[in-house]
Amino acid sequence: MTQAVTSFTPVAIVLISALAVIPISLSGRKPNLREFWTFLAGFMKLALLYTLLDPVMHGIRVEWELCQVLPGLSLQFRVDSFGLLFAFVACTLWIPTSLYCIGYMRGLNEHAQTRFFACFALALSATAGVAFAGNLLTLYVFYEILSLSTFPLVAHHQDSEARTGGRKYLTYLLGTSIGFVLPAMIITYQMTGTLEFSSLGIFSDVTKPGSLLVLLLLFLFGFAKSGLMPFHSWLPGAMVAPTPVSALLHAVAVVKVGVFCNLRVITGVFGIELLSDTSLDNVICVIAGITVILSSLIALTQDNLKRRLAFSTVGQLSYIILGAGLAESYGVKGAMLHICMHAFGKITLFMCAGAIFVATGKKYISQMVGLGRRMPFTFGAFLIGSLSVIGLPPAGGFISKWLLLTGTIESGHWYMMLVLLGSSLLNAAYFFPIIYQAFFGTAKEEDAVAIQEAPLACTLPLCFTALASIVLFFFPEPFFSLATLAVGG
Amino acid sequence: MDQLPILIIVFPLFTAFALTLLGWFRPAVCQPLTVVGLLGSSLSAIATLAQVVNSGPISYHLGGWAPPFGIEYRVDALNAMVLMMVSSVALLVAVYARKPVQKELGGKISNFYTLFILLVTGLLGITITGDAFNLYVLLEIAALTSYALIALGRGRAYMATFNYVILGTVGACFYLLGVGFLLIKTGTLNMVDIGSIVPSLSGSRAILVAFAFLMMGCWLKMALFPFHGWLPNAYTNAPTAVSCLVAPLMTKVSVYVMLRIMFTMYSVDWVFSVITWKPLVMALAVIAILMGSCFALAQRNIKRMLTYLIVAEIGYMVGGAWLGNASGYIGASYHILADGLMTVCLFMVVGSIVYKRGRAHIEDFKGAFSTMPWTMGAFILGALSMIGVPPTCGFFSKWYLLSGAYQSGDYAFGVALLLSSLINAVLFIRIVETAFFSATSDEEPDPHSHQETCYADSPPSMLLPLWASALALLAMGLYSSEIVTRWIQPVIPGGLL
Amino acid sequence: MAWVEVHYNYLLVIILLMTGLWAMIGKNNLIKKCIGMCIFQNAIIMFYISMGAKKGATIPILKHVPGAHGHGPESYISDPTIYANPLTQILMLTAIVVGVATLGMALTLVQKIYREYGTCEEDEILNCMSEEQDHELPLQDELKA
Repeated sequence: MTQAVTSFTPVAIVLISALAVIPISLSGRKPNLREFWTFLAGFMKLALLYTLLDPVMHGIRVEWELCQVLPGLSLQFRVDSFGLLFAFVACTLWIPTSLYCIGYMRGLNEHAQTRFFACFALALSATAGVAFAGNLLTLYVFYEILSLSTFPLVAHHQDSEARTGGRKYLTYLLGTSIGFVLPAMIITYQMTGTLEFSSLGIFSDVTKPGSLLVLLLLFLFGFAKSGLMPFHSWLPGAMVAPTPVSALLHAVAVVKVGVFCNLRVITGVFGIELLSDTSLDNVICVIAGITVILSSLIALTQDNLKRRLAFSTVGQLSYIILGAGLAESYGVKGAMLHICMHAFGKITLFMCAGAIFVATGKKYISQMVGLGRRMPFTFGAFLIGSLSVIGLPPAGGFISKWLLLTGTIESGHWYMMLVLLGSSLLNAAYFFPIIYQAFFGTAKEEDAVAIQEAPLACTLPLCFTALASIVLFFFPEPFFSLATLAVGG
Repeated sequence: MDQLPILIIVFPLFTAFALTLLGWFRPAVCQPLTVVGLLGSSLSAIATLAQVVNSGPISYHLGGWAPPFGIEYRVDALNAMVLMMVSSVALLVAVYARKPVQKELGGKISNFYTLFILLVTGLLGITITGDAFNLYVLLEIAALTSYALIALGRGRAYMATFNYVILGTVGACFYLLGVGFLLIKTGTLNMVDIGSIVPSLSGSRAILVAFAFLMMGCWLKMALFPFHGWLPNAYTNAPTAVSCLVAPLMTKVSVYVMLRIMFTMYSVDWVFSVITWKPLVMALAVIAILMGSCFALAQRNIKRMLTYLIVAEIGYMVGGAWLGNASGYIGASYHILADGLMTVCLFMVVGSIVYKRGRAHIEDFKGAFSTMPWTMGAFILGALSMIGVPPTCGFFSKWYLLSGAYQSGDYAFGVALLLSSLINAVLFIRIVETAFFSATSDEEPDPHSHQETCYADSPPSMLLPLWASALALLAMGLYSSEIVTRWIQPVIPGGLL
Repeated sequence: MAWVEVHYNYLLVIILLMTGLWAMIGKNNLIKKCIGMCIFQNAIIMFYISMGAKKGATIPILKHVPGAHGHGPESYISDPTIYANPLTQILMLTAIVVGVATLGMALTLVQKIYREYGTCEEDEILNCMSEEQDHELPLQDELKA
């Protein structure tokens, strides 16, 4: 059925940004040279990813075994369409974010920029590692590397707020991965003798539904990067990081790694048929559904823009898990596509929040009345980003939401449709007022009405990603075909 | 080479004599001579390991007298592995010890190195011997030299060492009693020979009592709960270089002795079917893990915290050995290696902090990432290994131990392992945090300042062995499959599933 | 009673072991602890020696056949039952040496402790140590980098 080809390319993709850490650290004194390395690594990664597109679209799996670490288990890479989709999203978005970082960090004259860019590169390396992981063990290894490499980014400001945020970050992420995922992984290995992902799931033999339920819960909550309640508090807490960090990592890489892992477990370890046969899919739907509604409600109460965006992310992530929990091809396809669409939309939103801070120093929504007239491009992009997240045309998010809704009908989970529609309304409720107030509200103070945007290095990327969201609505390739391939046509 | 096994002991022993003589005239030559002696020993140990892996156990007859009447040095894959670890770790510490010893023990350099190398001789001898009484002799050599070394710490170290003397003597004497009972019943002192006679004496109460005394002696020496009281004080108050040597090695060698007693002198059948101690020992192991981890949480002195973590790690190994299945045994033996490396790495970091700042409380780590980046880099690797993050070796020992716990149904042990990983995570995150954030909570630094932080890391003679051990942690993790299949699996005692 | 006659050596060893252990753990004075350690070790030595003793046996040095004065194997009585077991005695030679060394070590430590704290009573020493800890000694200048 699927051919397998051995190629060093996946390893190269992972290694490029890891190796880039060395020149980045060495060129600390020459900022332009240092940033050049980041861009070079980013473009090289993308180029290599394109070379993988053709074989994967034809159903060939690209593999590479790293080393055997346990008798019978090795660290291995295996690129399939889902992994490639995720890798594309992360690597594509790294480049505009790097440009944005330059604008933001220099605009605010931040300290320790070398460390920042070096850790960024390492984090992208780990993300690519997760995307290409061929078995649970490799997935776990790179998941942990990601948690550790993003800690210096989250705690970048090195003040007491950063300390608390960083501590919460590591506690939640390491605690859940060691406390939940590790035992679940070991038990799975003991029960089935393998940890490789297979589209039929690896629990093909009859196992007690009780143990399946326990394992499912351990895996779902163990990958706490996906923000399922109640293990979501690290995400709003991590907003103490500089906005570029929030933008890429928490809207795109870190949290998407979490949902990616959950999706891999649902589709590759348990298998969709097994879940619907044992009606464990309802469990997933309920857990995700609760998070969706609760997080949207909490987002309504937040005045700090970044925190509101953080809770919005928590909700959107659970959409993805909900889609997978529908245990049906439209739902899973919608979930995979939503990883992509939400990434573009959310990164736009976060970059806008950062641009606002750089240009005006404002963090709270109540302060942003009338700001839209001063920063039309930024808020225009914000509008498009919100459209994508809410799921309205002409933004790309519409396609993924449509697929998710179709999935709820096809799989018979009617009440989930209500959840999806209800939360979309809530999304609109917490996004539109911001935009309305920004463009049509009257500010209390008399400010100059002249256009005064953030530096070009900040504004350009966010316009790019906003435009990309619109373009994806019309031309969702290659993501759409990759997702279609992943669910089996 | 036929003489390899004895060379492992001869190198350090003769170096000790040379040190005693030369140390009188030229103290400066002591450290290089020690390094040379240990280098010889390590190379012999590595060659022995290679030989054993390729061609099976080696039996060396001391003085040409054939066992069971003569003393036999018997090297199979288990003790070849431990020999390699002991000699390599000792070599690393010998290189590392140069500067701290000059600073802390200025006038006693020749005494220090003589005792140092005699301690290593004792430990190597314990590991390599195949004779039960010879083991007692070497156990006491190691113990006496360690008492003297720890007492070099002055001040609080005296009382700590006195307690250690008392308890250590009790332990060694219990071991001797056990050997005595075995001698009465079996008439031989050779371990393999004892092992062949014991199965025919399964019903004997004297054999049972012998086992009890032997076990209690080992547990005292390895500081298993509830016999751990001497360890934190003794290891905390010792001089830097001494803790770096003693902490990773002494307790692990005692674990090795326990494995020998359980599986060579007695048999799997005897330990798990004839007597029913397993639940009790597993309970002790679980309590040791939890108690060690919780006490470590309460410590502000990082060196003391690490000693409590040693107590917890001993719980891992004892629990693994007593699980009664192959995974558990693999976990315990692999962990002997892994823990030795982790402990030496972390203690060397703490030693560097003490060398630079005089003390190793948690506040002394403040800002260490900027001032001592290389040391802290190695610390991160050691911490990741303790927490159990792949691909360091600590992850793989936890993997085997957890698999073993699941297979045998000892869920309490598995839960204790996970809890201790989580507590370790908290402990080390606390330290990393302090090192990362150099400001106290009262002063808020300007987040946009570009202060030049002064680089004041340890000298290369301390950094190189530190990084050697940190990289070895990674290498051991990545090669864990090789290590397990080639060094450990061939010697899994028959009868363990 | 017959049981005691046959096993009196073990009873003696047990009593000495218990005494030694009690002294090591229960007594307050450090010197008494050392004495207890000595008793404990000696009990084990007695155990081994008594293990090798035989009724009516002589010391394990080869005894000449009455009348013979040569040094070949035929001029010595080679019946092992008349000699006490030499193995245990030799093992105990080592153990005695070890015991002496350990005792010397312990007494040196007691001397050092006495110089440091001025007393040999454990509870007073522990009091001193915890007081020391309460007034955290400032770092000595020579130890600062």
